[in-house]
This record gives sequence, C-alpha cells and structure tokens, in this order.
Amino acid sequence: MNTAAIAGILNFLVSFAIMASIYAIFTMGLNVHWGYTGLLNFGIAGFFALGAYTSALVTSPMPTGMMANYVKQAFGLNLPFLVGVAAAALISGLIALPVGLLTLRLNEGYLAIATLGIAESIRIFFNNESWLANGPQGLIGIPQPLCTLVPPGYYNYIYLVIVLIFLAAIYVALERGIRSPWGRVLRAIREDEVMSGANGKNVFFFKLQSLILGAMIMGIAGALYAHFSAAIQPGVFEPLFGTFIIWAMLTLGGTGNNKGAILGAFIVWALWSWSTFFILKIVPAGFQTRAPFIRYILIGLLLVVVVLKRPKGIIGEERHVSKF
Amino acid sequence: MLELIVYGVVLGSIIALGSIGLTLIWGITDLFNCAHGDQITVGAYIALLFVSLFSRIGFLQAKVGPFSFNWGVLLAFIPAIIISVGLAIFIEHWVYKPLRNTGAHFITSFIASVGVAWVLRGLIYMIWGAEFHFYTSGLRPMIFLPQGIKLRVDEIFIVIVAWAAVAAVYLFMSKAKMGKALRALADNPELARISGINTQRMIDWAWGLAGTLIAIAGVLYGIETQLRPEMGWIFLLPLFAAIILGGKGSITGALAGGLILGIAQQVSTAWLSPTYKPAVAFIIMILFLLFRPKGIFGKG
Repeated sequence: MNTAAIAGILNFLVSFAIMASIYAIFTMGLNVHWGYTGLLNFGIAGFFALGAYTSALVTSPMPTGMMANYVKQAFGLNLPFLVGVAAAALISGLIALPVGLLTLRLNEGYLAIATLGIAESIRIFFNNESWLANGPQGLIGIPQPLCTLVPPGYYNYIYLVIVLIFLAAIYVALERGIRSPWGRVLRAIREDEVMSGANGKNVFFFKLQSLILGAMIMGIAGALYAHFSAAIQPGVFEPLFGTFIIWAMLTLGGTGNNKGAILGAFIVWALWSWSTFFILKIVPAGFQTRAPFIRYILIGLLLVVVVLKRPKGIIGEERHVSKF
Repeated sequence: MLELIVYGVVLGSIIALGSIGLTLIWGITDLFNCAHGDQITVGAYIALLFVSLFSRIGFLQAKVGPFSFNWGVLLAFIPAIIISVGLAIFIEHWVYKPLRNTGAHFITSFIASVGVAWVLRGLIYMIWGAEFHFYTSGLRPMIFLPQGIKLRVDEIFIVIVAWAAVAAVYLFMSKAKMGKALRALADNPELARISGINTQRMIDWAWGLAGTLIAIAGVLYGIETQLRPEMGWIFLLPLFAAIILGGKGSITGALAGGLILGIAQQVSTAWLSPTYKPAVAFIIMILFLLFRPKGIFGKG
C-alpha cells in the first residue's frame, strides 16, 4: 500500500470520527432527556438546526461585495468560535424553556408531540425566511476555528481534537451530574413521578432543568456540526437524520448510560458511512445506484434485533450510579 | 375562501383515510406505529407491480369512467390489500407481539417500529429505486364546479372512498360482534381476556383491518400524486397530528382531526406561504391539546 492510500484511509477515518463524536454529543443530550429523566424529545432535529444556524450567524461576517447579492442573512457578527458555540447552547436552551413550561405539567406524550412539531416548524421557518439565513440554499463558508495553523488538507486533525475535547468535557460533566444528588432526583422522577413529588421534590422544575440542559448539549453539537461541514441547509435537519437516527443510537448503545450513548453513536454511524463502501464492491454494476439504500435495511434490522434481544441496549444502565 | 375550504376537505379526507388504521392500532395495542407510513408506501408499490403485470391484458387498459386510472389499477387493489395484510400480521408476530409479551415500554415498541420503517423503505429503494413512478400516464381530467372551484375527478373518488371507509369501520366497530370485542380489548385488555376474548386473535384481526386500510390509502395516494419511496414517511406527520387531535383509537375523531387539519392548512394559504402548511398543522395541534388534551372525541 502506498502512502497516498494510507493518507486517504486516515482522512476517511478522521472525518468519520469527527461526525461520530458529534452524533455522540447529540446522543448524550438525548440521554439526559430520555435516559435520565424519561422526557420524550422527538424534536432533536430542531435543536440541531438552532445550534447550527445560531453559531453560523454569530461567527461568520456579513457578506460583502458580490457575495451580498447571493447570500442573505439577518446578521453576521464575526465573533470567535467559542462565542458561537456558547450562543448556540443559549438559544437552544431559551427555546426549550417555553416548550417545557407549556408541556411538562401534562402527560409525557405532549412533550413528544410538541417537540416534533416545533422541530418541523423550525426547519420550515429557516427554509422559507430567506432574509434570516439564506433560505433553502443555506449558509456556506462558515468559519472554522484555528484553520490558519495547518494546511487545509490536515485541518480535520485539529477539528477532531476540538470535537473530542467537547465530547470529553460533556461526558465528564454529565457523569458527575448523574452521580450527584441532582442526578438521583432525575432518575427518581423517571421511575416514579408521584413518589418523587411526595418526597418533596419539585418534579416540574427538575424536568424543566433536564429539558434545558439536554437542549443546550444538542445546541452545542449542532454548532460543532456547522463548523465542521462549513455549509448548512435546512434539508440537513429533516427528522430522519436529525431525530430518529439519534434515538436509534441511544437505544442501541444503552439508554441511561453515557458510555452506551457514545458507543451507539459510533456503531450506527460506522454502519451508515461504511456500509456503502463495502456494498459497492460486491453488488453488480447495474445495481450500484440502489446499493447505498441497504443502509436503511441494516440499521433498521439491527434496531429491531437489539430491541427484541437486548432491550437495555449493548451497555445497559448501571444499577448503582452512586457510591453512597 | 370557499375554494380553499373545498381543497381543505379533499386534503382532510386523504389524511383521514391514512390515519384510521393508525388510530385503530394505537387504540388496541398502544403502539404508535412509525412504520405505518412506509407500510402505505409498500401498498402503493405492490399495486404498481400488479399494474405493470396487468399492462399485458388489453381490456384492463380502458379508463374507469371519467377517472385518470384504468381497470388494471382498480384490480390491483386486491393483491395490494392481501400482501399488506400479510405483511402487517407478519410484523406483528415477529416484532410487536414478542415486545408486548415482555411488557416493553410503549416507547420501545415505537423505536422498534422506526426500525421496521427503515427496513421497509430500504427494501423499496432496493427494488424500485429512488425515481418517481406513476400508475397510468396521460392527462388527469378536471371537473369545474361553481365559484371557480377546480378539482381533479380522481379527488372526488378519493373523498368518496375515504368517507366510505370511515363509515364502514365505524359501523363495524359499533355493530359487529368482532368490533365490540376489539373495543373491549382497547378499553381494558385484562378484563377482555378474562371475559373469554382471545386477545391475540383480536389483535391479528385489528392488524388485518389496518393492513386493508393501509393498502387502500397507499393506492389512492399513488393515484392522487405519484409513487416515490419517501411518500409514506412524509405523509406520517400529518397522520400523527390527525389522530392525536381526534383522540386515541377514535375512528370519527381521526376523520374530524383530518378535516380540521386539511381545512386549516389550505385556508392558511390565504395569508401564509403554502410551504408553511405543515407548520400550521402542528401549531393548531399544540394549541388544541393545551385546551382539550384528550382530543376531540377522546374519553375522560
């Protein structure tokens, strides 16, 4: 094997690892909602879009010259990357607040429906309102942090380190959170709301905190996606990609376990991005355009088999999360 | 405005037809079936397979009355229904029944149905490809009503079939012995079992009924627009909205919910861009639920 081939494989692996880590952050956000607190969030795609668009608008400059004729955006603040990520988390949390205030006192299904509806509305809003973020064409040339340090061909290595730092920081923070008294209250609410309330816990307020925290994590992941792909359009945030694939990742890996969330994200993303690679080598030539769709069958079957045979996922929830 | 309301009734009837099977299964088995849309797609494509088989038979190529489709399409309803029912019962036995027997959370079954949806869509992509298909080529005749309202003749057929299906299922559920047993099962599964109702057999029948409605909805949806692998999946969100508006397991509720959503979506185009239609549907649903959390005809 020559060096060019090895470099190609390395590049492929690095961009795979970046995307899988971004999905792992989403999956940990969903784990806060569903795994710890039992909140049904079916609007992950909405927080994904909010995070990605917020960070893109905050960090990119206002288009000038020729570009201004083609790219319309409401504002471009040209601020640093970390400010963009922080703004993404803030906006996602701010949108989650009224959703929670309206639905968290009602039966668990309402949050599911409200988030599904709001996610779809957010996507349609960005698609239609061209003045805000260029409508269906989306935004391009989103700035990438530290991109002047190395030649563009090696940039993904730097971005992988950035994403891994975020992944590790969120993982450590969540692990500490779930092992704290706060985390135990969330799990108690998931198991029995009435009992937690009878024990003097403000169930509604804890659920609201969980909803906002998870939404902020999803906002951060959305921002990381925007700066990696450098281009976003509303089409990226459809429910299949933004929402259900993340539910599949969490269910496969292990609901209620952050290690499971990360493992599930890597497995599903590997199946999704690698299966095409291998399938194209074995199918006859006339079938090549259809072969990539076998990914749907593979992930669907895996999901059904895991749900039937290992209902707790590959790594289930730990029985005891605290030492005390 | 009248024009928009008429278009809304057409859209609402299509949504209602698609959602009856969904709300039936939701009411009886507690499953919120995410594969429902893709099962509709399967029904539509099975009919396509038979339409192309029938294309060698000359006398089936004549158009049915004033409609755009030929007798081959009408005949293809039968195999589409048979295969759709078989598929529904197959999935029930291999996925949902084992899950129910382990006492799985309803979200676990929901996630399993997402997996089923992906498998079905993957198969359709593999067999028929991503391109659009049509049952019949040629013009789609229009009918001109007073007040400048234009409708496709096919749409009148769809509205009639949708309302007939709602009426038939409603009568079945309220008058037939099997329908009463199904309602008893939906109401209280334990009590139904100790009253001597064979609950698994009833659930199979419910899937048979749902499979029939799914196939009819799929073929009619294929006649109304065109066939593509994502057709059912995209259709699923308004169906969810309609059955939630209508209340769990309520047949008439699904019709009412479908009509409210259809009319609201079309009337909203008087002020908003038509691309906002799905968002209008969701916002109505969320507002509605805040004031009537059990749906229009929901109990309690």
